[in-house]
Amino acid sequence: MKKNITFKVNGTEHSVEVEPRELLIHVIREKISMTGSHIGCDTSSCGACTILVDGKSAKSCTLLAVQANGKEITTVEGLATAEGLHPIQEGFHLNHALHCGFCTPGMMMRAIEMLEKNPNPTEEEIRWGIAGNLCRCTGYNNIVKAIQWASAKMQDKELPSTEPEFV
Amino acid sequence: MIAENFNYDAPSTLEEAIALLHQYGDDAKILAGGHSLVPMMKLRFASPTHLIDINNIPGLSYIKEEDGLLKIGAMTKEVEVEESEIIKNKYHIFGDATKLIADPQVRNFGTLGGNLAHGDAANDHPAVMFALGASVEITGNQGKRTVPIDEFFHGFYMTAVQHGEVLTEIQIPAASGNYGSAYHKAERKVGDYATAGVAAMVQIGADGRCTKVGIGLTNVNSVPMRASRSEEALLGSDLSEAVINQAAQYASEDCNPSADLRGDEDYKRHLVKVITKRMLNLAISRAKNQG
Repeated sequence: MKKNITFKVNGTEHSVEVEPRELLIHVIREKISMTGSHIGCDTSSCGACTILVDGKSAKSCTLLAVQANGKEITTVEGLATAEGLHPIQEGFHLNHALHCGFCTPGMMMRAIEMLEKNPNPTEEEIRWGIAGNLCRCTGYNNIVKAIQWASAKMQDKELPSTEPEFV
Repeated sequence: MIAENFNYDAPSTLEEAIALLHQYGDDAKILAGGHSLVPMMKLRFASPTHLIDINNIPGLSYIKEEDGLLKIGAMTKEVEVEESEIIKNKYHIFGDATKLIADPQVRNFGTLGGNLAHGDAANDHPAVMFALGASVEITGNQGKRTVPIDEFFHGFYMTAVQHGEVLTEIQIPAASGNYGSAYHKAERKVGDYATAGVAAMVQIGADGRCTKVGIGLTNVNSVPMRASRSEEALLGSDLSEAVINQAAQYASEDCNPSADLRGDEDYKRHLVKVITKRMLNLAISRAKNQG
């Protein structure tokens, strides 16, 4: 039996008819046509589908679309504003925190909730914080640097160097 | 991967949820955090015809100390346990365990009640509940009943929660005196199920003797288990190294691990022995620091 659900995605209200078994990630990508959130493993391991549901980072391959009824969702498309990129996007850009980019939307959405709860995470806290997001290219170092950069930027602190380290 | 078809209801009261469970019969399942059930449905290991989502029912999520008990609402999320001040100050075992459960996104949704009601011996909270001597409150048509954790796990994915019932609260005897607890599991990677895990709780009297003890084991038996012989060795003892070694030895002998991708039987028994020793020592040092 199909259900009508209403939810906000990046501030815009959407009403869609879904089967209860439809996954939130499929509805966002295929019915709302926002393809920024990716499907990686489809088993809640990789975190490529991470979005915010009422501000909480969530693996949208493991949520049913019907569970999003009445919720506010933020995807990577909701980060940049007319003024420019979100600090986390800027951090990823300046620190070369991606190669193929497949994990990037999920990494950034996860980082946003982490920085909201803990604006000054240590490197260890960042690594635990992104434990549910897999990247198969960068080796994580630049992702950690990008999150540290965004943390400084969001608090108007002195920005760390974005020069690559050669070791 | 897409689950088989099912109907979905999201009632706003517990009475309604229980009525729906009765109406739909055995093929209905409760949806709590959904981070164990939905993956199983996607793999079609589970195919309930009705899902009853209890996330819209208020009053099932709380952590409070009352009547000598630590009471945790069944729908309390792992992240809420992780961030609770009561838990951080007195029940260190939850801090140890939640950090090792899946990952932050999953902990934003996974619930304590769901972790138990799922009935999976690989889950971490069952062992914690054995160590802490918990009871589980189950609500049905006839009202509430309380089941000790030792009588809760009936078999593979089977628990004391019967058809038409909902697990509603977890009750743990409150920490008192010199009380310490600890949990660790060996895992292949962050967020994996345990290769083996051990939960330990001790209370130490003024004379240095063990006045209360609990040890639970994760994923080394077909159902979550208590290391009873280890507890008997420790209770009333002076918690000397020799007694702790003996208790760890008993735990490794009494568990029943099966060989799988995470390791063979001997390796898992060895892990149980080593981790039991470490968790007892950690719980003891926490108990001594608490007072």
